[in-house]
Amino acid sequence: MIELRNLSKLFTTTDGPVDALRHINLTINNGDIYGIIGMSGAGKSTLVRCINMLERPTEGTVLMDGVDLGTLNKKEIQKIRRRITMIFQSFNLLMQRTCLENIMLPLKLAHVPAAQARARAMELLETVDLPNKANAYPAQLSGGQQQRIAIARALATEPEVLLCDEATSALDPKTTHSILELIREINRKMNITVIVITHQMSVVQEICNRVAILENGAVVEEGEVSEVFSNPRSNATRSLIYPEMAEGMMLFDKGGQRLRVIFNGAVTEPLIARMAMECGIAASIIGASTRSVGDRAYGYMLLDIPGSPEDLAKAISFLSNVPDVTVQVEAEYSGEEAEK
Amino acid sequence: MNFASAFTPEKLQEAWECLLNEFPFAIWETLYSTLLATFFAIVIGLPLGVLLVTGESKGIRPLPGPLMSFLNVLINLLRSVPFIILMVMIIPLTRVIVGTSVGTVASIVPLTVAAFPFIARLVESSLREVNPNIIEAAQSMGASPWQIVTRVMLPESVPSLITNFTLAITTIMGYTAMSGAVGGGGLGKLALSYGYQRYRFAVLYLAVIVLVIITQVIQSFGTWLAARSDKRLKEK
Repeated sequence: MIELRNLSKLFTTTDGPVDALRHINLTINNGDIYGIIGMSGAGKSTLVRCINMLERPTEGTVLMDGVDLGTLNKKEIQKIRRRITMIFQSFNLLMQRTCLENIMLPLKLAHVPAAQARARAMELLETVDLPNKANAYPAQLSGGQQQRIAIARALATEPEVLLCDEATSALDPKTTHSILELIREINRKMNITVIVITHQMSVVQEICNRVAILENGAVVEEGEVSEVFSNPRSNATRSLIYPEMAEGMMLFDKGGQRLRVIFNGAVTEPLIARMAMECGIAASIIGASTRSVGDRAYGYMLLDIPGSPEDLAKAISFLSNVPDVTVQVEAEYSGEEAEK
Repeated sequence: MNFASAFTPEKLQEAWECLLNEFPFAIWETLYSTLLATFFAIVIGLPLGVLLVTGESKGIRPLPGPLMSFLNVLINLLRSVPFIILMVMIIPLTRVIVGTSVGTVASIVPLTVAAFPFIARLVESSLREVNPNIIEAAQSMGASPWQIVTRVMLPESVPSLITNFTLAITTIMGYTAMSGAVGGGGLGKLALSYGYQRYRFAVLYLAVIVLVIITQVIQSFGTWLAARSDKRLKEK
């Protein structure tokens, strides 16, 4: 179990101090595939580097099975890093070494005898499904294959925790999928806890069971993935789940009354047309991101309601009477635009 | 004297005999003083170059700032003294180490002193080319600073090191020619004392041509070896 307690990291730059992380509290249970998601600059890379002490937190603690990693000396940290390993966006393989040598590296660093290291590396090549690439050099492999070798390398020392720092961000969707499959398999078969850092909601959606949303160095939302997805409470979460919607709102700059309609498995029906007919409100759809599962709808729709505040109230009461639909008034956007 | 008269048939005949009699030994002297000086310069310069990278404040094993400043100043100082002057300046040191300040063996001392700061800078630049992400990956595996240097930084920069060491060898060979001025042997001495001072310009030119050929051969071999060792260039 990894626990982050009141974790803060302050960087001193030439432009003054920067709060990279602010009072982070997270608990990652054994066996979790835990997603940490945020826009670039949200502090996710710093956060993941605090977990294996590549970055020393300015404040707060990182506990692994109750042990405060901040109190360990250099040698002990080096040992801990065999139990918490890491893969990266740019794979970071040694380019002058063969795949086999790359996988053997962490074992050699841990002074494992060469023959034993080689056997283990061959075994891992099987695990990542590249048994015939032992003597190939990384430059001869595709991105997805390089990441597989990097995963094998990260598994060499039989870790308990695998940190994935934007591990699929440099890969195409199909390769991303196969790498995520592999990570899920590792999580299940080897019982390795996985912490996934990403800016792609689809990654979290595909493999994570829990998620924390990071914005400006702070956790703004945390919980079960299904829960956070069906009912996002913060703007950061919404713009991550529905990035196209945030853009839609930017484009739509006339002032007005905005409603966010959330479908939590509502029966698919012509809702907007019904509202037009029954309430006489001609709402325009500013943005929408919905998915149908069977005959049920999940997702969001952002509406512009023309007319008076009474019309808005009418629309709200109409929509909130629909089962499995929730309605929120988008205060900040109408407010912002009213000022102009 | 007439320049053209240096290339009469008799003079050319004389130069040809010199080529057969004197050149083989001169070439040998040039090569062994070059290679030995390069070897000693690498022995001193390589660790120094490593320290310049690992010891800086953001390096993998920071050293005290004043020590780093001292190393940098020392290297810049030695690099800025012209070789021919450095050679004379360190005659006392040469005497202490070799027992004499004259001769090919003695010339290896100033050659080494002139070359190791150069090598240190070349090693520094090679190591700085190593992708910092790969170093971070090694740290994330629990590598110690020593392991990062020996198992990651140096192996990853082998092609660049070969290229830079080739540059160093050809530069040091240029220095050996200068050491001919104060008693070091080799093609430089042959060109200066035999060719220039005794007005045998044909010999002078011949020595230069041989130096050019040796430089070319070393450079081509170095370039070939660097390309061959670089696994990033392997065909898919």
